[in-house]
Amino acid sequence: MSVFRYRQDDINTDLLFPGKHTYTCSTGPEIREHLLEDLDAEFASKVQPGDIIIADRNFGCGSSREQPALGLRFVGLKAVVAKSFARIFYRSAINQGLLLVASPEAVDAYSDGDDVDVDAAAGTITVGGRAFSFPPLPAEMLEILEAGGLLEQITKKSREAGRA
Amino acid sequence: MGETFAMKVLGRAAGKSVEEGEIVFIEPDVILTHDNSSAIIGKFESTVPGGTLHDPERLVIILDHVIPASDSKTAAGHAKVRAFVKKHGISNFFDIGNGVCHQLLPENGLAAPGSIVVGSDSHTCTYGAFNCFATGIDRTESAGIWITGKTWFRVPETICIDLTGHLSDLVSAKDLILTIIGDIGADGANYMSVEFHGPAVGSLRMCDRMTIANMGIEMGAKLAVFPADGTTYDYLSKRGVECCGAIWSDHDAPYVRNLSYDLTTIVPVVARPHSVDNVIPISDLPETPVDQVFLGTCTNGRIEDLEVAVTVLNGRKVSDRVRFLVAPASREILRKGMEMGLIQELVTAGATLLPPGCGPCLGAHQGVLAPGERCLSTANRNFKGRMGEKDSEIYLGSPETAAATALTGRITDPREVL
Repeated sequence: MSVFRYRQDDINTDLLFPGKHTYTCSTGPEIREHLLEDLDAEFASKVQPGDIIIADRNFGCGSSREQPALGLRFVGLKAVVAKSFARIFYRSAINQGLLLVASPEAVDAYSDGDDVDVDAAAGTITVGGRAFSFPPLPAEMLEILEAGGLLEQITKKSREAGRA
Repeated sequence: MGETFAMKVLGRAAGKSVEEGEIVFIEPDVILTHDNSSAIIGKFESTVPGGTLHDPERLVIILDHVIPASDSKTAAGHAKVRAFVKKHGISNFFDIGNGVCHQLLPENGLAAPGSIVVGSDSHTCTYGAFNCFATGIDRTESAGIWITGKTWFRVPETICIDLTGHLSDLVSAKDLILTIIGDIGADGANYMSVEFHGPAVGSLRMCDRMTIANMGIEMGAKLAVFPADGTTYDYLSKRGVECCGAIWSDHDAPYVRNLSYDLTTIVPVVARPHSVDNVIPISDLPETPVDQVFLGTCTNGRIEDLEVAVTVLNGRKVSDRVRFLVAPASREILRKGMEMGLIQELVTAGATLLPPGCGPCLGAHQGVLAPGERCLSTANRNFKGRMGEKDSEIYLGSPETAAATALTGRITDPREVL
């Protein structure tokens, strides 16, 4: 597990996924090529499933484009941990099944090389052996996240209704 | 304790009294999507193969972002949207050349006071100018609402901004909202509803309110909303909208923060690269030459914006150092601009006219910047790489400032050149 630590507020959607590709890249493999390219050109080649991003305030501000959340989920990122998240990105992450952890304390506690682990159901994050709790998602949103995303939840519900 | 606008709208839609922080499930009145509809169609069709839309009458689809198609991939996306619109009988479809989505909804009477509008575009908050609960969502959520008709909202807390006084000559609503964002920061209203109150609201034209509400997202807001008044009714009644659904907050509504601005004190400002809250009065800015000036977008591409630019240009040619791009926000505005002689004046001054649409705002076409270049834009976002090249710079300003800057070739306070 690697941690990508970006010490920067307001990491916006253009830095996460440039707008010029918004209408030509929509699938996971297409998005991966440009993911974070104007923030960290090496991210896309380095990221592995289970990795974690740690950033500062207002992560994901700007556009409603979903490539940032979709792309981070596609590459298998375990979670984004930040001091706070912009609203549309927060929603989009739930819709894509990407776990977000808003914890200023956990961000401040992190030093390079620390192990980081997140338990979404318990609402705890462990940074270098120190545990912090974060507010769990409301039940309705947790259900979407646990289904793997909004459309996955709709499919699951419609299958259940078909069986009933 | 009274209720805020957001509490009342969501309460009415949910059929019950609601509290701040509560999650409610509601059915949006309007679901806007644009060029990204082609990706949404893919999600819709893979989730419910052969399925039908929950309510095609609630959909509005507008092709405006990369128009006319810039390459075969965008052309295929547009074609996919047209075929879907035909197959599902979607009546509120606007093909390329009609204009920017956030101009077309109001122009076509699709932004009714008190209604709930969601859109797969972050600047959907523009319709707060018309007293809508209007907010951005992503593509996946749009596909979900096409299928189920429903989505969820957390009832937001509210910031109250009280406006007094009058804007001075050559100072615009853009200078006001940039000043506000500079003060409260890029996340100063994150997750919140922002209500505009006070005696100055009545003096703001619909175009001013649209510019202000449009930029609500740039301070993180879920929505930015004005009361419906005579100005609103005058605009909408000509477009077939009845305003009986208008809603406004109670006088004793709870606010997490109260701010007030005297419009008389506002001066021309710009937002410097690379964040919208990096705001400075132009008078404090060092000499800043530019390569390109862009007048247009959902923020400032309206007829009043073209008109004031022509007033500032006053028959003079733009600097030969500058590429001056103009994109009217809609065909209606383009036509009106032709009737009023504004387009003739702009083109004679040296402007390059672009089709009604988003133009170079999103960096995909029609005016992409080269490395090291600098643009003064009337758009709403100046993020690094936004206009297509990460080693370029975007300054945001008013239409007045855009015209003055086009004249001199450096970022210029419009009061200097009149």
